[in-house]
Amino acid sequence: MSGTFDLRRLLRRDSSVLQLLLLTAAIFAAMSALNPEKFLRAYNFQSLTFLAPELGLLAVAMMLAMLTGGIDLSVIGIANLSGILAGLFFHAVGAPRGPALMHLPLLPVAAGIAIALAAGALAGALNGLLIARLRITPILATIGTGQVYVGLALVLTGGPAIVGFPALWDAIGNATLFGIALPLLLFLLVGAGVATALSRTALGVELFLIGTSAKAAAFAGIRLGRAIFLSYVATGVLASLAGILLSARTNAAKSDYGTSYLLQAVLIAVLGGTNPAGGQATVIGVAIALAALMLLSSGFQLMRFSNFLVDFIWGAFLLIVIAINALRNRAR
Amino acid sequence: MTAPAVLRRSEAVVFLVIVAAMLAIGAINPAFWQLGNLFSLLRSNVITGIMALGVLTVMISGGIDVSFPAFAMTAMYLTLRWMLAGGHGGVAVPFAMATAIGIALGALNAFFVHSVRMIPLIVTLGTAALARGFLLGVVGTSNINIDRMPPQLIGFAGTELLATTGPGGAHIGLTAMLPIYLGLALAVHLLLRHTMLGRAVFALGGDREAARRAGFDLARTTYFVYGLAGGLAGFAGLLHVSMIWLANPHDLAGMELDVIAAVVLGGASIFGGRGSVVGTMLGVFMLVMVNNSLIIMHISTTWQRVVVGVIIIAATALTALRDRRRAG
Repeated sequence: MSGTFDLRRLLRRDSSVLQLLLLTAAIFAAMSALNPEKFLRAYNFQSLTFLAPELGLLAVAMMLAMLTGGIDLSVIGIANLSGILAGLFFHAVGAPRGPALMHLPLLPVAAGIAIALAAGALAGALNGLLIARLRITPILATIGTGQVYVGLALVLTGGPAIVGFPALWDAIGNATLFGIALPLLLFLLVGAGVATALSRTALGVELFLIGTSAKAAAFAGIRLGRAIFLSYVATGVLASLAGILLSARTNAAKSDYGTSYLLQAVLIAVLGGTNPAGGQATVIGVAIALAALMLLSSGFQLMRFSNFLVDFIWGAFLLIVIAINALRNRAR
Repeated sequence: MTAPAVLRRSEAVVFLVIVAAMLAIGAINPAFWQLGNLFSLLRSNVITGIMALGVLTVMISGGIDVSFPAFAMTAMYLTLRWMLAGGHGGVAVPFAMATAIGIALGALNAFFVHSVRMIPLIVTLGTAALARGFLLGVVGTSNINIDRMPPQLIGFAGTELLATTGPGGAHIGLTAMLPIYLGLALAVHLLLRHTMLGRAVFALGGDREAARRAGFDLARTTYFVYGLAGGLAGFAGLLHVSMIWLANPHDLAGMELDVIAAVVLGGASIFGGRGSVVGTMLGVFMLVMVNNSLIIMHISTTWQRVVVGVIIIAATALTALRDRRRAG
């Protein structure tokens, strides 16, 4: 239940963070040895700081859902739907293309951000309602709503991508502040916020208790329904934030962008020490796992492995990690 | 032991919904009742249905499987490439090979679910990525078109039970793959209801610890259910491409959601211990009919996913309410 960034305390409390750091260092060393010229270039790491945050936000969202023993398979649908809604809004108030769209002022762009986040909150609220109120299993509820969100995105766009976003919107995904990528700063800010909320607020502590034992939490007087509902709303908002970053970075939004992110978000959450059965999760673990896996896939991509092979490696990595975790737990 | 009565009731509900939906679709567009449309509707049931039988068995055992479309394509594509590379023909050997590849991949799921004790959803997400990644990254991404598809397979899958000529002189036939689907369904039904293995599947899904203490072999049961799901998927994968004359290794992506929806629609519980072949077949029919009839109802096909999603939510909400009533 660690949320603070006091490294020593963290390491003492949770040895898995240390193991993750070692794993990351090992991957870094292996990839540097395999691609001596290309991997260590500053450009490579710079591009990762723009690329990784959207996936990191999805992984944190997945972690939140797993914290209570659930899962959210609709995060990609929420992310794309949010980007598409904002894009349609911009095309309506600005113009479908040209300078009128490009130079849309701050106020409408802020309104677009609000629309995207509100869409995420609403979609998350529907998930929360189905899971907490109607008590549908999270897997089935979010498979169903995921279809609806992707479906709505398809209906709204008719299939092709929405291309062209205002320059201010694109800056969210491409600008730098103090020489650091804006998406990375955003991810660090949100990550620290979620970590603090989990360790310092009543809701955060309640979520851990629910994940550890729902029955005990209920006997302790925790309103399970409310806490779980709110956690899915937060998951939805995080997913829409990822959608904002994705559409801002690529200057486009489409109903089937980022579909391979779903597996990767699950993998990063699990590798980061999240227990899919609930009760165990740290943002810092997820952040380190994100770094480890981004280094791994960028290293393989530099070696000209196809994206399909990288998917294969992600899958293999997931299975190996859970096998090792199981062996370790058994040894204990 | 009120379970069987309730099961019969939920199947009856799905059946009544299907009848009502057919009447509604027929009222919107009478073309629905044309023989050609009905035959093609039945034909569309075959592939989804065969895969659903495996998913049903996994779900009764308390698991879930999202890897079978990836396994189906891997088994299909490896088999076809082997046939093309070696000039192999025949029908029985390729289907046996595709089934065997599916079983082997299913055993991989069973290993992680049983021996590593990992949540089935996460295991099968991982093995699905593994299989697709291997297929597309190592084996190949190119389509095998009709000019290279083995003619025996096309001939086999094109067999028809009965054929007639439609009003416009068009050929209308009922595919002979339908009895294969019905035969497999009957076999799975008998296996689940009338063998010790089937009992073990229900017991495992009902209460794992109780099943173990009652002396059921949990390892064997787990390998059986995931092997069956993989084997049926491999078989259906090869049959699918033989029926459409095109082998695309990217095909069937996202199909797992439709199949799981159909199985849940048919009254199976994701918590295990409950489900039936008849219910699943009705669920498959319902879903396939809705998907196929959107065009007939003059609804844009972009709505298809929304409709499927709403059906999943409605069906799961109803089963959740049913489960809660029974528990409370």
